[in-house]
Amino acid sequence: MKKLSVYLEGYRRQSVLAPLFKLLEALMDLFVPIVVANMIDIGIRGNVKAVITKDFLLMIALAAAGLLFSITAQYFAASASVGFASNLRQALFDHVQSLSYKELDTLGTNTLITRMTSDVQQVQNGLNLALRLLLRSPFIVFGSMIMAFTIDVRCALIFVVAIPVLSVVVFGIMLVSIPLFRKVQAALDKVLGLTRENLTGVRVIRAFCKEDKEVEKFDEANDALTKINLFVGRISAFMNPATYFLINLATIFLIREGAVRVNMGGIQQGQVVALYNYMAQMIIELIKLASLIISINKALACADRIGNILEVKPGMDYPQGGSVLSADGKTAVEAAAEDPQKGSAEAPAVEFRDVTFTYEGSGAPALEGITFTVRKGQTVGIIGGTGSGKTTLVNLIPRFYDVSEGAVLVDGKDVRSFREGELTGKIGVVPQKAVLFEGTIRDNMRFGNPDASDEEIWKALETAQAKEVVEGKEGQLDAPVEQNGRNFSGGQKQRLTIARAIVRQPEILIMDDSASALDFATDARLRQAVRNLEGSMTVFLVSQRTSSIRNADLILVLDDGAAVGQGTHDELMRSCETYREIYYSQFPEERPENKAKAAGNTAGKEALA
Amino acid sequence: MSILKKKTAPQKERKSGDVTMSSSEALKKVLAFIGGYRFLLLASILLAGLTVVLQLYVPILFGDAIDSITGKGQVDFSAVQIRLAKIFGMIIICAGGTFVMNMINNRMAYKIVQDIRAKAIRHIQVLPLSYLDAHSTGDIVGRIIADVDQISDGLLLGFTQLFSGIITIVVTLVFMFSKSVLITLLVLVLTPVSFLVARFISTRSFKMFRKMTDARGRQTALIEEMVGNEKVVKAFGYEDKASARFAVINKELQDYSQKAVFFSSITNPSTRAVNSVIYAVVALSGAFLILRGRLSVGGLSVLLSYANQYMKPFNDISSVITELQNALACAARVFTLIEEKPQSKDPAAQLPPAKGEVVITDVAFSYDKSRPLISRFNLHTRPGMKVAIVGPTGCGKTTFINLLMRFYDVDGGNISIDGHGIYDYSRQSLRRNYGMVLQDTWLMNGTVRENIAFGKPDASEEEIVAAAKEAHSWEFIRRMPEGLDTVINDDSLSQGQKQLLCITRVMLCLPPMLILDEATSSIDTRTEIQIQQAFDNLMVGRTSFIVAHRLSTIRSADVILVMKDGKIIEQGNHEELMRRNGFYTNLYNSQFAKV
Repeated sequence: MKKLSVYLEGYRRQSVLAPLFKLLEALMDLFVPIVVANMIDIGIRGNVKAVITKDFLLMIALAAAGLLFSITAQYFAASASVGFASNLRQALFDHVQSLSYKELDTLGTNTLITRMTSDVQQVQNGLNLALRLLLRSPFIVFGSMIMAFTIDVRCALIFVVAIPVLSVVVFGIMLVSIPLFRKVQAALDKVLGLTRENLTGVRVIRAFCKEDKEVEKFDEANDALTKINLFVGRISAFMNPATYFLINLATIFLIREGAVRVNMGGIQQGQVVALYNYMAQMIIELIKLASLIISINKALACADRIGNILEVKPGMDYPQGGSVLSADGKTAVEAAAEDPQKGSAEAPAVEFRDVTFTYEGSGAPALEGITFTVRKGQTVGIIGGTGSGKTTLVNLIPRFYDVSEGAVLVDGKDVRSFREGELTGKIGVVPQKAVLFEGTIRDNMRFGNPDASDEEIWKALETAQAKEVVEGKEGQLDAPVEQNGRNFSGGQKQRLTIARAIVRQPEILIMDDSASALDFATDARLRQAVRNLEGSMTVFLVSQRTSSIRNADLILVLDDGAAVGQGTHDELMRSCETYREIYYSQFPEERPENKAKAAGNTAGKEALA
Repeated sequence: MSILKKKTAPQKERKSGDVTMSSSEALKKVLAFIGGYRFLLLASILLAGLTVVLQLYVPILFGDAIDSITGKGQVDFSAVQIRLAKIFGMIIICAGGTFVMNMINNRMAYKIVQDIRAKAIRHIQVLPLSYLDAHSTGDIVGRIIADVDQISDGLLLGFTQLFSGIITIVVTLVFMFSKSVLITLLVLVLTPVSFLVARFISTRSFKMFRKMTDARGRQTALIEEMVGNEKVVKAFGYEDKASARFAVINKELQDYSQKAVFFSSITNPSTRAVNSVIYAVVALSGAFLILRGRLSVGGLSVLLSYANQYMKPFNDISSVITELQNALACAARVFTLIEEKPQSKDPAAQLPPAKGEVVITDVAFSYDKSRPLISRFNLHTRPGMKVAIVGPTGCGKTTFINLLMRFYDVDGGNISIDGHGIYDYSRQSLRRNYGMVLQDTWLMNGTVRENIAFGKPDASEEEIVAAAKEAHSWEFIRRMPEGLDTVINDDSLSQGQKQLLCITRVMLCLPPMLILDEATSSIDTRTEIQIQQAFDNLMVGRTSFIVAHRLSTIRSADVILVMKDGKIIEQGNHEELMRRNGFYTNLYNSQFAKV
């Protein structure tokens, strides 16, 4: 939590005042038994009604002051803890925006979402509790003891023994059960996982007639959960009776000692009552403290996890605005920025120079020794089997990842020499997974280009073959898009995400297998329309379909991370075995040995057409 | 999850709105479950009564002891001694009783949870798929996990807390009356003030809480959307805009939260202040009563300590009642699931291993009975035939498979295998005749080996490896860190690899008939061809049904059914259909469209 204390900025005063006022309130509480003792020993014993009334008024005053202090404390605690949580959440969100794909891969988006929502909430609750109670409870525990000393030293010694003994029992049980709770959670997760599995896999389980087996597995996990629950339950079942016994035992000793002291004339009866009340107050606070520590412990664990996320450094360096190069100790970035081949109009749009890329934590490179050059306005097709590195390759162009070796150049400049945001501004990406955001269609279309006019949006929609999708919706561009675009079909989403990329009027358009849900005819019309766009847009098409890329100016054939062929369709059909295989797997009648057989068929087809 | 599920979208609207059980009904069901543990429950209640009475009696004894300590030289040591000895005995009994009661409560709560969950999982196995498809997994899992926990926390422990709360109030009142009628009446009159204060504050803070929850919901949605798709956000340079949008809602949430947290946190100090006032009033009136000789100092200390604790059972009870209401709502959800009508009863007769003559006569079916989907569906397959089904999305291809496997029952008509009507035999014996690979690649959490041997747990190592080689999954399995014993989960495999494992799973079983629903859709075409060869070997002599998106994979079928809007519009082999130059020809040629 110490690392996170910077996020208390603006709330430091409140976070000091909150516990301070809480202590004042506790002080009021500590005075009450003494006032009662005074009432008994002087007021009642001496039959002084004025003292009784005065003490009564004093108690009311203490209650009023306590209320005032307490409300003030709660106010400061609420504003400090919520303010802290808000600062922290914003910092986390901003931090995530600065991370690169590499860190996003390692951390995982689900983790990030949990950190930002439930973990921050836990920290807020923990801080709120800590500000209010972390000082108050020990204060009352020791305050009771000190007040006991002011009454009678011998009796107070019982407090001195009772506090550590009770603490050992309460905190000991707590320490034993905390790790066990983790085991309970694990057992519960197992039961939960099996339940989910039974539901998501219901067709397969029934198809393979495994219902009984699944029930058996579930019963095992269910039984294990009950066993661990009962075991942990035994420990916590012990805590209440144990503390109850100890506190009353201490009280027995206290009364006995009190009797002796009163008999000797050391103290009076009312003071025994006061001691008795202090003992009761102390145990209540001690138990509160124990449960408080459990919650704070949880919050600290959450704070720790959040701290770990905030410590992750964005994995990419960008040259600074002025791009002043230091003479000594040049980093890769600086060296790249000095690339002699400065960006120019004639420079190739994209160039890969012997690029090798390995994912974090992976042994084998995902791409190895890739070299190719693309001129402005060309269309590049990238094809290859599952896991051959197609997506990885196109992700290197907008510098979503940094190459491990070699260099990627855009407009003749190393991608590492572009300032932050400069490169992505040139590139329109249509990712494999078609994601739309909640809002209107227009909001989505303007996602990467906030200034786009309706006219521009319609043009892009037309190119992306998505005009009919929008026209079919009530409200047209104002039609609502639900979360994750769930009110659109897969094919509609794909076309809209393509349009979204085109609205940016990018110099380079990357379509990563983004027409897979479209039928062949729509796919063909789409490619035609993209080709006809004015300007000299360079297009990268990742696809599994040879039909989608056969007309590309350059086709890269990837196999297991290596470029096994590059050239046009006709060249590759002549020179590249892998390409031929892929092609024939999709067009078996084109296979030379099938050609003769299919000839009749085709002839018939043509005759009919 | 899968295409299978999408088809049933119209039914989804029912979602969790199907819980119509009233809370009294739910309570009855829970009581029926507790019934098996009634002796434990009885023991728990008796112990609760005993310990509460003892706990409350102890302060009286302390008060009596204090009364024997009146002043210097006036202490009656033997009286003090006797009281303290009594107290010692009582706290031992009380502590022991509480421990035993806690143990009994635990046992009861956890065992009942276990029973309910065991019953729920058994029921899931017999629920019709129409129910499971129409309810989200999260909803059902929530019922079996969180709701059941809530029943045990809220209902079972609530019972004992409610009971001991009531005993506490009654016994406290009796003891207080025995000390002083006047002061007791005073406490009774003043107590409601603290409730009024609490109620006053909570109605004020409720509005803020709603605003806060609402703002938090919107913020969570934004986080899920932006961070969940962070890569897209970055690709479009939307980071700053996202941060700005987040800041706006974050500020809004902060405002509401600060108010809501503050308002709700003044409840405690306020009720405590009211209690302190009551305490002071008791002290004042007690003091005057002592002066008149109608109360002892010890009696006052008893009344004071009761006045301190008197509010607690009320607070407990009011929170228990909220818990109980909540738990009853959960119980209603759980029991609605457990008592949902199961699928029709299974005939005992076993369908013998099939030769593969599947006859479909006049079948009609629809998910949403108001919108007919399949009607007058007829098909006759000879044993060993390879049947392919093609057609546009939503034409009923997958539904056809749902009917073959009896995941759903037909509305009209009949399906028979080798002349046996499938509805006269048990579902399991029917399903054993099919090997199925779906587009939705479900694998369980476990090792690769467990997943492959899912349908044949006693398969030998050689058989597994042979099946894996045949399905072309051996290549990647071999390269995994621990080979067949690598534990896999959802993220560790690509979609294509998952599909290969699903194919291997079927390759190992060798059932008499095959169903392949988009079985190779995520596998690249080169590998697909190789698997296709393996399938072709497997299909020799086996009736097989194939749904495929890629027409290249079904060209060799004996018969191709072209479906549209739930009907077969064309039927024949590839050459025949191409000659017809109809819907199929169009579909087929569209993949060769050139730019």
